[in-house]
Amino acid sequence: MPRPLAAAVLGAAAVALSCGGDAGDGLTVLAAASLTEAFGEVGRAYTEETGVEVTFSFGASSAIADQVAEGFGADVVATASQPTMQALVDAGHVGRPVPFAANRLEIAVPPGNPAGVRSLADLADPSLTLAVCAPAVPCGALAAEAFAAQGVEPAADTEEEDVKGVLDKVATGEADAGVVYRTDVVAAGGEVDGVAIPDDENVVTTYPMAVVEGADPAADDFVEFVVAGEGQAIVRDHGFAAP
Amino acid sequence: MRRKAPAALWPVAGLGLAFLVLPLVGLVQRAPWASMGDHLADPAVRDALRLSLVVSLAATVAALVLGVPLAWVLARGTFPGRSLVRGLVLLPMVLPPVVGGLALLYALGRRGLVGQWLDRWFGLTLPFTTAGAVVAATFVALPFLVVTVEGGLRSMDARYEDAAATLGAGRWTVLRRVTLPMVAPSLAAGAALAWARALGEFGATITFAGSAPGRTRTMPLEVYLLREGDQRGAAVALSLVLVAVSLAVLALLRDRWFPARG
Repeated sequence: MPRPLAAAVLGAAAVALSCGGDAGDGLTVLAAASLTEAFGEVGRAYTEETGVEVTFSFGASSAIADQVAEGFGADVVATASQPTMQALVDAGHVGRPVPFAANRLEIAVPPGNPAGVRSLADLADPSLTLAVCAPAVPCGALAAEAFAAQGVEPAADTEEEDVKGVLDKVATGEADAGVVYRTDVVAAGGEVDGVAIPDDENVVTTYPMAVVEGADPAADDFVEFVVAGEGQAIVRDHGFAAP
Repeated sequence: MRRKAPAALWPVAGLGLAFLVLPLVGLVQRAPWASMGDHLADPAVRDALRLSLVVSLAATVAALVLGVPLAWVLARGTFPGRSLVRGLVLLPMVLPPVVGGLALLYALGRRGLVGQWLDRWFGLTLPFTTAGAVVAATFVALPFLVVTVEGGLRSMDARYEDAAATLGAGRWTVLRRVTLPMVAPSLAAGAALAWARALGEFGATITFAGSAPGRTRTMPLEVYLLREGDQRGAAVALSLVLVAVSLAVLALLRDRWFPARG
């Protein structure tokens, strides 16, 4: 049967060639999921300015920390949690971390705020369908901190693994409210509305960025771009605050 | 009588087996054997295990109830567009599970196509409930059952059914006393595959049913969460429990229960 066999061989060759993936030129940046939109734009701006291609991989902070620890071939890593970054520093996988942004919490609600949520205290209502991040992940730990500080017992119906999961539930109208980062509400655009949490009730988290050991020399340049260059302006535009 | 296979088959088969077993060895090697007891004693873990077993068993039953008639129609029915129907039935197999979960939300969620009526008329909401987790697991497991049972129905000798009919058996009796017993191996294999798939389901469950301890947080969700929380040791320990449970059930599947050739 020559023809099907030839087709199979050609197909396999095509796949092998497309997977070649030369990682030599260009940077690989691992970043927390909440940085998806902001860093996407930062990457484009950086490539425009320097001609260096940037490839991003977004995920939960602990997942990307895992990848760095297992030698993924990343050049830069940006997490949403300082403890996660610290673990990488302690293990010698990254250089000195630099803070580049700060984020606050906000309550996300379906457009129109059907349940009329006004504050963190409202989220204690058990008849409200509430989505939060699980306490084991950074956004969940922060939310728990904010609730505890206000003496509110949240009646959560689901504890998601990451912010995108919470946003999904709110955007589809399954949940009446969700606690996410302010930047997530900005990024979601018209899909969700935001109910602001007053600064004195809110918690702040600082995002650190570090160069991975053995990275491409351009990595330091990228970090500089984000911390002090045009990248910082882009990051602010997406709702992040100064570190 | 055993036919001898070409000699080259054995080493390649060995490679295939090694490919599948090596990651398992890696998992076992990194397991925190010393603290295994502590991890397994955690009530959250036992909740997750209990929930996983309940959800996967319920999903298997649902898959059997819905899947056997569907398999029969696909194997024996003659209607236009049968290939398209088969394609649709197999779709959940190729759909990324999270996409499947989203699709379920759009159909059965609080604002979904059908879900909004379920909510409005019966006050029934599936997301964030154990029933919702069962729905998600059934969605991904059903195609496996249908494919296996359809294969069994196609390869069985239909003349036995004809013989039973000529002897005066009604259609229901033929199904009950002739057809189903003859495809019993396919049923068992299909049910086992569906169960295994349902047990390991993650994306559709978390997207459609959410993740609440004791209600919708099945083992895979718990494993992922432990890993997120930097408790890698516990995550590996739990994974091994899942592997052990699955292996026990799948290994109990006797050879002869797999569909016979031709």
